[in-house]
Amino acid sequence: MRIGVYVCECGKNISATVDVEKVVDYAKSLPYVASSRVYKYMCADPGQELIKKDIEELKLDKVIVAACSPRMHEPTFRAAIEDKGLNPYTLEIVNIREQVSWVHDDKKKGTKKAKSLVKSSVMRSALMEPLDRKKVGVTHKALVIGAGIAGIQAALDIAGSGYQVTLVEKTSSIGGKMAQLDKTFPTLDCSACILSPKMVDVGRNPNITLIANAEVEQVDGYVGNFEVKIKKKPRYVIEDKCTMCDDCVAVCPVIAHDEYNQNLSPRKAIYIAFPQAIPASYIIDPDDCLGIDPLICSKCKDVCGPEAIDFDMKPEIIEDEFGAIVVATGYDTYPIENLGEYGQGNIPDVITGLDFERLISPGGPSTGALRRPSDGKLVKNVVFIHCAGSRDPAKHLPYCSKICCMYSTKQALMFKHEVRDGTAVNFYIDIRTGGKDYEEFYQRAAEEAKVVYIRGKVSELIQDGDEILVKGVNTLTAETVELHADLVVLATGIIPSQGTKDIASVLRLSLGINGFIKEAHPKLKPVETSITGVFVAGCATGPKDIPETVSQAGRAAVRACNIIAQDEIEVEATIAHVDEMLCRGCGVCVETCPYSAITLIDTKRFGNTYKVASVNEALCKGCGSCAAACLNGAINQFGFEDKQILAMIQALGEE
Amino acid sequence: MSYDYIEFGESEKEFTSKIEEISGQNIFSCYQCGKCSAGCAFSNLMEKTINHTMQLVQLGKKEKVLQSNTHWVCASCLTCTVRCPREIDVAAVMEAIREYTLRYEPETIERLDLPEELLKKIPNIALVGSFRKKSEL
Repeated sequence: MRIGVYVCECGKNISATVDVEKVVDYAKSLPYVASSRVYKYMCADPGQELIKKDIEELKLDKVIVAACSPRMHEPTFRAAIEDKGLNPYTLEIVNIREQVSWVHDDKKKGTKKAKSLVKSSVMRSALMEPLDRKKVGVTHKALVIGAGIAGIQAALDIAGSGYQVTLVEKTSSIGGKMAQLDKTFPTLDCSACILSPKMVDVGRNPNITLIANAEVEQVDGYVGNFEVKIKKKPRYVIEDKCTMCDDCVAVCPVIAHDEYNQNLSPRKAIYIAFPQAIPASYIIDPDDCLGIDPLICSKCKDVCGPEAIDFDMKPEIIEDEFGAIVVATGYDTYPIENLGEYGQGNIPDVITGLDFERLISPGGPSTGALRRPSDGKLVKNVVFIHCAGSRDPAKHLPYCSKICCMYSTKQALMFKHEVRDGTAVNFYIDIRTGGKDYEEFYQRAAEEAKVVYIRGKVSELIQDGDEILVKGVNTLTAETVELHADLVVLATGIIPSQGTKDIASVLRLSLGINGFIKEAHPKLKPVETSITGVFVAGCATGPKDIPETVSQAGRAAVRACNIIAQDEIEVEATIAHVDEMLCRGCGVCVETCPYSAITLIDTKRFGNTYKVASVNEALCKGCGSCAAACLNGAINQFGFEDKQILAMIQALGEE
Repeated sequence: MSYDYIEFGESEKEFTSKIEEISGQNIFSCYQCGKCSAGCAFSNLMEKTINHTMQLVQLGKKEKVLQSNTHWVCASCLTCTVRCPREIDVAAVMEAIREYTLRYEPETIERLDLPEELLKKIPNIALVGSFRKKSEL
């Protein structure tokens, strides 16, 4: 056996804390090592050439690279040795950057640790065997979950590449939060005007199957072959037959809160979310309706000319297979109820930014004249409070919600356009205008519309007669200040939506500390997730504005197409395997497996039938849970066999 | 704890717009970077920094602005004007505050109040000049 050991300096990243020359010399003294070299950047072409040359000239059969995390360059070096005919799984990476140089500063001790890690890897490498990557077929179809602007864009882009895509939306219409906005910064485009053409495209595109009023219940399978169960709730109105004549609404006796208008206006139990809704069909909310089973009122059915109402609709489970999934489940806003000093939602004229969008929208509850919720009075003085919940790690959200500076500025400007002689005061901590034309937009609000910006927090909001007393501080003048306002708008922060949390648990996606879906790499894999074949776009990974969401959705679509365009793809080779002679069929592994990849099957042995574990090679992700859990040591993982791990531990134990 | 009451009533709006009118500047352009105060040679002698004064003008706080010595200490060296990233002629704003004071709160000089001794001493042109500037007539 001939092993080559290659130590990387990574510029000064590694060499500053690890004496790489000493590590190389030490490696040469280890058994099986035929060659050991150092290079400044092993991942660079000359570094790879060094390895390839040695494989040829010294007839190496195993390669060890001591460099950065295998997450970075394992694929690079696997490809390099594969070029020279070695099995990619005979490569071993020793992480002496993230696990040594970056976390230690004592060069002597760092060098010692690097040496012993290299030694343990040589011992493991000696026991490594070539592995084969399995190939599996691919379903040429994608699933997009969530139909806000992110999901709509991703679906359109996948469909535009010529692939079939199914778009699943939880509510009765696509459009998401963007459909609720009146205008968008920094151009003050009417939100519906720029969104509705895309919504119409979704409805018309022959490659897109839209399933609204539905949720993804279960996802099994793996990249290329996800088996998905979608629960479609009954709409009670046949989408194709409904002509949106509105006759049913007139006779419906039930008054309910209109969610689209942030519960600030009434709707009937049979309704359409908003005029541009897609699917363009009414829906009956079974929770609001007087009774569907047994049928109590059914006045709507009596007046429906095209006979579109069908009270016999039942929930439907749609099962389908997809090659890739894009999650675009969006955000919610931080609950106003958590903000004690701002009235906890008990002051009717203290509203959220989304409420304000509906109030000032011509399609909103007060048809555009800005009337406040409590008494319908026209608003003259508005106070906007930035960072309502954001940037407060002690009590609320630790992060900056990114869009609030801009949307508060936009709303102040919209207000001044609406109420020329009104005053708009913004209380802020910092104004963050990181986006194209954003700073100019902020300047425009101040210069053109004379929007007042006061640097400081508001400490308290008190109902004072029919006005709200705002108490706070102006940190620039170092004075505590108070003023009266007709309406106070809280720029509540962005939090992961319930849908995001639900789908993360269905798909078993990793979440970050704040509950947003975690990207595979924060910079270079921003739409990839911990699960191959599942991508994410929009606010499901964190606060984002519309341009960023749209571009991210485009990348998620491309990444999904990368998979569904293939006829077959390779799956991980380091999967679990069962030694049937040792397995006693206890089923602990079945319970442990997070991917439902193990089942108990019958096997004949000595004339008797026994139950033994069996691994579905396509489903297994190689996490190793079963191998660790198996009481008999009957399960092992290719590439991580017990004997290899024990050899490493033994090497590390020897001084 | 006393709170300073903010409102945008007639008198506040009048003050802000008058300063804007006299100076020809958009006071609301100021975004409080503080470059004017940072570069001012006399910031240390001012009771309120220049950006503080700008903020008070935005809020229409006439009394606070006029009580401060800031605009009188200003030597009109124009460093603030040259450096302002928002292209506000800050020195013109300071001058506008001085002018506002003179226009609306003139210190009147009564000829009869001046002592005879002084009248003999000061040049005629100074007397006429101060009548023009400081009398209500």
